[in-house]
Amino acid sequence: MSSREDILGRVRAALHRNAGNAAEARAVMADALADRRPGPQPDIDNAPQALLQRFRIKSEQASSTVEVLADESQVPAAVARYLGAMKLPTSAVVWASLVGLDWAGAGLKVEARGAVDADLVGITGCFCAVAETGTLMMTSSPGTPAAVSLLPETHIAVVRASRIVPYMEDAWNLARAELGSLPRAVNFISGPSRTGDIEQTIVLGAHGPYRVHLVIVEG
Amino acid sequence: MEIKSMRFKANAEASLANVVLQGNLKNAKGKFVTKRAEAIKELDDFEGTRDAAMAIRNKVIDNLDLWLERFEARAQETGAHVKWAKDGAEVCRLVTEIARAHGVTKVTKSKSMLSEEAGLNQALEAAGIQPVETDLGEYILQVNDNEPPSHIIAPAVHKSLDDVADLFHKVHGTPRKTEIPALTREAREVLRGHFLSAEMGLSGGNFLVAETGSVALVTNEGNGRMVTTMPRVHVVITGIEKVIPTLEDLSTLMRLLPRSATGQSISNYFSILTGVKKPDEHDGPEHLYFILVDSGRADVVGGEFHEMLRCIRCGACMNHCPVYQTIGGHAYGWVYPGPMGSVLTPLYAGIGNAIDLPHAATLCNQCGVVCPVKIPLPELLRKLREKQTEGGMRPLAERIGLRLWAWVAMRPRLYALGAAVGARYLKWLAGEGRSIRVLPAATEWTRGRDFPASQGRTFREMYAARRKAAAQEARQ
Repeated sequence: MSSREDILGRVRAALHRNAGNAAEARAVMADALADRRPGPQPDIDNAPQALLQRFRIKSEQASSTVEVLADESQVPAAVARYLGAMKLPTSAVVWASLVGLDWAGAGLKVEARGAVDADLVGITGCFCAVAETGTLMMTSSPGTPAAVSLLPETHIAVVRASRIVPYMEDAWNLARAELGSLPRAVNFISGPSRTGDIEQTIVLGAHGPYRVHLVIVEG
Repeated sequence: MEIKSMRFKANAEASLANVVLQGNLKNAKGKFVTKRAEAIKELDDFEGTRDAAMAIRNKVIDNLDLWLERFEARAQETGAHVKWAKDGAEVCRLVTEIARAHGVTKVTKSKSMLSEEAGLNQALEAAGIQPVETDLGEYILQVNDNEPPSHIIAPAVHKSLDDVADLFHKVHGTPRKTEIPALTREAREVLRGHFLSAEMGLSGGNFLVAETGSVALVTNEGNGRMVTTMPRVHVVITGIEKVIPTLEDLSTLMRLLPRSATGQSISNYFSILTGVKKPDEHDGPEHLYFILVDSGRADVVGGEFHEMLRCIRCGACMNHCPVYQTIGGHAYGWVYPGPMGSVLTPLYAGIGNAIDLPHAATLCNQCGVVCPVKIPLPELLRKLREKQTEGGMRPLAERIGLRLWAWVAMRPRLYALGAAVGARYLKWLAGEGRSIRVLPAATEWTRGRDFPASQGRTFREMYAARRKAAAQEARQ
């Protein structure tokens, strides 16, 4: 007997499985799978300005830094200012969806491709953002490689204010509506990578980025 | 992993005498407890969320066979392979076979307690495949001669900064560093090379989502993302009890897991991985395998301990346990320490291999109160104690003692006489004092504390005396 049959066989026996109760249980299962009602959620004011404000505060609590801009054309200059102030390199790997901005005009050299170890700055967008916890939702695709937000020491993410949703459950509904099925990787990111494994002392920059800078675009 | 739970008493004594360990435990205890208490305040309906989480877990475990079939079918549709392992030996065999089939020489691992259960690292090494632990805590333990973890969330919680500084200096051959950020950077640089060169990544799974056929991983360091993004093969090792229905259910459980574990509102990274890399994608594995592991779990389904299968491995029970806080994780002698370990070890490793563990608790119910999925841990510990007694597994002296007590207790006159003699004996033992320093036949108990002395008369005697006095008064 295969291990699969052995294991499932013992589970079935323990649950007294028979044709009758299997049909009943399958109906319960179908209901559970179709049920989109969220569990208890903390109260969040979902007016657009309140969402942006909460997202900002929660992101900063997760050790990200945040700048809010009026429109997208201001992004390259804002990124250049941030990199200059932090004394960071001016070349970056970027998601294809953002490569069309005037990066050269701001004195930055960007390349749209997958990330490699030598990349020190990664610039991404995000699928959406969750106000409850100050979290970015990244969905992988050919134009949005997962490693761009992982390998570089500095991760800069462009967030459209209109894509800030109250809860993670709203993010799932957006993904179902816009992507159909889940992409290979959904990564929720809340601040720079960290560890507390030595004496429970939190250190930023474990294996992923040391710093995460969010540029929120309102327009 | 070798089961050393039978040496619990000796291990616990050694832990109590270990000054460094005692300092580290004291330091860790407050941080976990305080941060959790703060984090749960953010939820307006924490109790309602716990109830919802319990219901989600029960829903699956009550029909586990069907949910497993559903998850398997969905995962296969996404392009993943699903394999089943009865025990640790089969886990080791399957992982080795997969590694060989793909020409793998190095495996980077994010934390998997099941791989500890199976002793996977030793098996891979024996097969000539290099396993590299990448969680900082697990890495520290691996380079320290494969030391076992002492906590499921913070595996190296028993190590001090000095311990790690000495260890890295010795193992990496670098100048000794004394700052935690510098030590973390050193590990990052060593491990970055492994992340990029390993052909296979191995992870556990916090949850398996039946709706989408995905695995969900909760991490902070980014090592979980690395091992599931960079290598061309990804192997997920999880217990069969980890299935949950939907993405909504995942969100409910995520409101509780990081808060209960580390006191975070959400972990830094929360990854939901589904299927394999598309041909035009830059990163992600080309091959994805799930190994669904029994190792004792199937036999817990539908039985008197089935509530334990709800466990989401947050570690809150051990963080709040007065016994764990005092002796640390190693004393428990297997993969899972604290109250959850004292239930899981007898169930998965054999009740006869862990006789002392169900007794390593004061039944104060701190663990039950903080458990995010409301597992009645003290009740399960008490059931295990009953099983031991029913099975005649307690020490001979205890068994004879209990029989003797039962025999006496069923004979009221003899009992009253015994109690009267006993009460006077205890008063005599105490001498002038109100407490007894050394109680014969319970020296282990009185070594750490005094036994309150009896006042020399039994309740029955005092009751009878009062009745008599009252009757006399009434007559007068």
